[in-house]
Amino acid sequence: MRGRSGHSGPSVSTDAGTRPATTATTTPGRIGDSPLRPDGTLKVTGEFAYASDLWHDDMVWGVTLRSPHPHARIRGIDITEALTVPGVTAVLTADDVPGENAFGLEHADQPVLAVEFVRYEGEPVALVAADHPETARRAAARIRVEYEVLPAVTDPRHAMDDDAPAVHRPGNLVRHLQLRRGDQSVTAPVVVSLDVEVGMQDQAFLGPESGLAVPAEDGGVDLYVATQWLHVDQRQMCLALGMPPEKVRLHLAGVGGAFGGREDLSVHVHASLLALRTGKPVKMSYSREESFFGHVHRHPAWLTYEFGAERDGTLVYARARVLLDGGAYASSTAAVVGNAGTLGLGPYRIPNVAVDAYGVFTNNPPCGAMRGFGCVQAAFAHEALMDELADAVGLDPVTVRQRNGMREGDRNITGQLIDSAAPVAELLQIVADLPLPPQRDADADLRALPGSVGNTTHGEGVVRGVGYAVTYKNIGFSEGFDDYSTARVRLEMTGGEAVATVHTAAAEVGQGLITVEQQICRTELGVERVVVHPKNTAVGSGGSTSASRQTYVTGGAVQAACVAVRDVVLARAAASLGREVSQLRLDGEKIVGASGEVLTGLAEVLGEDAVEETREYRHRPTHAIDPETGQGDAHVQFAFSAHRAVVDVDVELGLVKVVALDTAQDVGKAINPDAVVGQIHGGSAQGMGLALMEEIVVTDGHVRNPSFTDYLIPTILDMPPMQVKVLEYADPHAPYGVRGVGEPPTISSGPAVAAAVRAACGRPLRRVPIRPEHITGT
Amino acid sequence: MRITTTVNGTEHEVDDVWAGESLLYVLRERMGLPGSKNACEQGECGSCTVYLDGEPVCACLVAAGQAIGREVTTVEGLATEGELHPVQEAFVEAGAVQCGFCTPGLLVAAHDLLERVPDPSDLEIREALAGNLCRCTGYEKILDAVRLAAARQARP
Repeated sequence: MRGRSGHSGPSVSTDAGTRPATTATTTPGRIGDSPLRPDGTLKVTGEFAYASDLWHDDMVWGVTLRSPHPHARIRGIDITEALTVPGVTAVLTADDVPGENAFGLEHADQPVLAVEFVRYEGEPVALVAADHPETARRAAARIRVEYEVLPAVTDPRHAMDDDAPAVHRPGNLVRHLQLRRGDQSVTAPVVVSLDVEVGMQDQAFLGPESGLAVPAEDGGVDLYVATQWLHVDQRQMCLALGMPPEKVRLHLAGVGGAFGGREDLSVHVHASLLALRTGKPVKMSYSREESFFGHVHRHPAWLTYEFGAERDGTLVYARARVLLDGGAYASSTAAVVGNAGTLGLGPYRIPNVAVDAYGVFTNNPPCGAMRGFGCVQAAFAHEALMDELADAVGLDPVTVRQRNGMREGDRNITGQLIDSAAPVAELLQIVADLPLPPQRDADADLRALPGSVGNTTHGEGVVRGVGYAVTYKNIGFSEGFDDYSTARVRLEMTGGEAVATVHTAAAEVGQGLITVEQQICRTELGVERVVVHPKNTAVGSGGSTSASRQTYVTGGAVQAACVAVRDVVLARAAASLGREVSQLRLDGEKIVGASGEVLTGLAEVLGEDAVEETREYRHRPTHAIDPETGQGDAHVQFAFSAHRAVVDVDVELGLVKVVALDTAQDVGKAINPDAVVGQIHGGSAQGMGLALMEEIVVTDGHVRNPSFTDYLIPTILDMPPMQVKVLEYADPHAPYGVRGVGEPPTISSGPAVAAAVRAACGRPLRRVPIRPEHITGT
Repeated sequence: MRITTTVNGTEHEVDDVWAGESLLYVLRERMGLPGSKNACEQGECGSCTVYLDGEPVCACLVAAGQAIGREVTTVEGLATEGELHPVQEAFVEAGAVQCGFCTPGLLVAAHDLLERVPDPSDLEIREALAGNLCRCTGYEKILDAVRLAAARQARP
């Protein structure tokens, strides 16, 4: 259970859907256990303070005025009338940004408040603070902005045309990733190809973007905000506010889900500007409609793929072209192109490859990070094409994937050695062998049928289909990024009890990182009571809560800080006991000798002192890829998952009921097995949503469905039971052998669902989300 | 406008309420009860579900004035004397809480279901909770939690 695991066989295969609930009081709570999350009770009593719950004496409300146009020149802004509204305390425009009027995750290319141009519908133009949110909204409506509407680039397929208007200078290309490997003129006896289109998905986290900015006596600001990475926010805020980091202090407020949508700034600079101007605490909280304009989305994609294979289905070559619509600002587009290009052919052995992946600027909503980015879009293409290949060579979908599946020791399409487990064939076999749901009864409950209580069918016209998909995803940041986390751990006696306090800035967004931090401290320090310090910028960066990286990287930092604390404690104990440090260990608040005998208590060693250590953890370095060939060790770790979907489709009405969505995933080491399964369930649901219902509909640069009435996410009636099998092939390079968990299920579930619907209705279905008219062909 | 409402057994009186405010806004911003959540504020997500005179409603769709003189129970009122209600306990223990933003509304909806149907089938659970969106869990552990709470209530 402790220390680094070697590379060994799977040790857990749990159907955790039937796992009995544990009891809180008797759980030791070390790694490999599933202790309850420390914020659980606060969350079920309503006491947990989410960003939108914050309140401060004398606070005022901030709102944002946004552009109604996808592309326009701002001729002038008149705030006079807005300022006369009783209750209004400030109205700000671009002129009021004290620092550089620019922010952005990778490139600071987006104005904090629009200056001269607006480049997408919803771009922030002005801010209002008032004593009531409705007053602020009404005042914002009285700001007069004179726009000259400009031609907009709204079809990314033409964004790089010579006559396309430039969204930015020098042009509309964000990144082109070119990858060439092996023989470019090779041919094959079997050739299959297709075009696939993927719609724009929204993260649809439930907690709206919110924050409370409190002006401080030193002229700086304290911002309490829901985010995924406090320090990258701080860096951007310092630039825009023209302040040093010590005056821009961020504190993580309760986060109501994230899924990539909180990587970019939302209320941060705006609320701070208003607070600094008014001298009052300012709360901002988006409505759901504003939220659809207030964060980036998953890139819609257009993919053209071709596989060449031997007659037995063995892949000879793959060619792919991927186009991603980045919208009006860069955000994470370059990294999304990086993933789509380097991983976009899936977990297969392919000797000869040509890939071109493009991200472009348009006047559509900006797109950026969402769970599984780059791989989610590509998987719909490579998995649909794998089924085509299966048909062409007369194999079943599982066998053709197993025949081509990546194995440990292979090199992927960038030439990178896969140097830990790659159980593609095994994962597929596991899902294929799981029990299938029973055949539908002739008198099935309406709620179990497509159309449900809409009473659209009693079973007539309903056809069952089964589909498979498999994926792999990079874990952590790639292509040479200095990806690290910091942890501070303190051990002291409080009221006669040993207490460890763990302080990181790594964002807890619901996934359970705080539980993992506690488990690691308990494991390494042998104490029961672990306090998780509030997350803020008073400690070094925890890196981003994204790329499935926190248990790995922040987990590694917490482990390192614990080991450092333990070393100090044991050195002190060794000195006072007159023994070698190597003969001592720390367990259950005791210093224990080599044969388990208790030598002294932790209380005696610590006395009144606290031992505190801070450590940074970096995973193995990654490297930039070659600009001509795309070759290189771009990634640090790969995680694999497979899904099998079973659907009932009313082929006459185009309605789908997902009957089962089963999965197997290698997680390296399950630090918290229950939480791992929870991640897999939730990720699977989001993938299914993209396959069947989730799309931000954008026409001519305008979002047509910015609400939960019209943007549909799966309900409990839409979700099927899910069997989950977890493999633990430890990665010898990662702390405890862990492998990132959060993203793979979002990647492989959607293509499996799409394949199942295809199998049921017999149509090619080259676009997701699949709509009823695609199924019926009407 | 003055609003006088009994919330979780205690009478609350607040002044200067703008007529356009919802019950949800008044609970969250004027009464210091932010437990009910504001995920959509248009009656689609269920995160603001509260009891109004014993009936579960979306507090975002109730004008504050409509709550005058009525009894409201929110997630803050489910526990009694510091003891979690079995539904709350089950949500924590079953892992049905991740980010937890949907949880307050789901707890009220599940509480209401178990009051009406002490031993619900899975389909009954799914139908009863279909108005409550969750983005984190895929709902599997929410079903586990409701089953667990039902079993515990049947065998106290």
